[in-house]
Amino acid sequence: MSGNGEWPLWEVFVQPPGGAPFEHAGSVHAVDAESALQNARDVYARRGEAVNIWVVPTVAITASTPEDQGPFFEPGNDKPYRHPQFYTSPRGVRV
Amino acid sequence: MQETEFDARIAAGETIEPKDWMPERYRKQLIRMMSQHAHSEIVGMLPEGNWITRAPTLRRKMGLLAKVQDEAGHGLYIYCGTETLGIDRSELIDQLLSGKAKYSSIFNYPTLTWADIGAIGWFVDGAAIVNQTMLAKASYGPYARAMIRICKEENFHKRQGYEIMATLAAGTPEQHRMAQDAVDRWWWPSLMMFGPSDKDSPNSAELTKWGVKRKGNDELRQRFVNLSVGQAKAIELTLPDPALKYNETTGDWDFGPIDWDEFHRVVRGDGPCNRERLEARNAAHRDGEWVRQAAEAYAAKHAN
Repeated sequence: MSGNGEWPLWEVFVQPPGGAPFEHAGSVHAVDAESALQNARDVYARRGEAVNIWVVPTVAITASTPEDQGPFFEPGNDKPYRHPQFYTSPRGVRV
Repeated sequence: MQETEFDARIAAGETIEPKDWMPERYRKQLIRMMSQHAHSEIVGMLPEGNWITRAPTLRRKMGLLAKVQDEAGHGLYIYCGTETLGIDRSELIDQLLSGKAKYSSIFNYPTLTWADIGAIGWFVDGAAIVNQTMLAKASYGPYARAMIRICKEENFHKRQGYEIMATLAAGTPEQHRMAQDAVDRWWWPSLMMFGPSDKDSPNSAELTKWGVKRKGNDELRQRFVNLSVGQAKAIELTLPDPALKYNETTGDWDFGPIDWDEFHRVVRGDGPCNRERLEARNAAHRDGEWVRQAAEAYAAKHAN
């Protein structure tokens, strides 16, 4: 943003109190990891929303692509026997 | 082909994510709308920041300081959402500083008295909540998620403003007059915040077709009026509109005509504070240059 162009982008993940998993909150620009963490706290945790924060360089993230969606996730979709509804139990019994 | 698929996804209420295919026009319109929204949050700090040092009590000062800090945060949420559409943050900032970008014209009005801080929280943030609650269901995921985050925080803004107004209105006759004067000046510009009537709004139809906007400008404006009437009455302040009248048939409060000439004048740059706001924003950016340089020098030193 000054002489050297855009500062690196960092993705911010915050963990809410109560043992919930980390969740993507947004992103910040910062010169280094330390200031990214401080910026993330100021931007995404002003009201005790977080007990932990991760910042990750955006370029370090490998993500699936929208074109992948069908074939990439298919192995999960064609295995109904992974769900409890696939199995039957005698009438009137709660399993 | 892709466009048909895209339209079908919109029709099915699916959320569009950054890497999904989207029509160029959808991308352009979102960049325009989201960046204007982000700029508005940033410029919105200026009329209120003006009063931080003059807040009447420590309690008020803490509240206002926290609100202004939130506005900075809200600007950053939306900038980061806008960047997912493939535009750089620096380009967005340049557009604001050069005067090329637009922002909500409400922030080109001056804050003359402390009561204006109350009126801004009550009306301007109140109107923003009505609008942003609708945008929290926008078809573009990053925008909708930023709106959800903002809506959670913005209620505090409205309540601190309304409390300021209620306190002044229940105070001395002079304080009551001050509150009424702020209501008189801020009411109509707040109604203009929803934008021109749908039939005169060039972007509305397209944004509605794509599920970015889920309700029309007029419907949102009406909702804001309906909410405000009772709130004004409760603290014995009068909304400056002699035509305001309850409509038994529709269940809405009918209101008088809006001065759209004034709206267009302010949007074009001839509002009371357009130049001052842009100068203040540029000065703040210039004055922060040494901080950015120091941060870069520090990072460079520690990189080795």
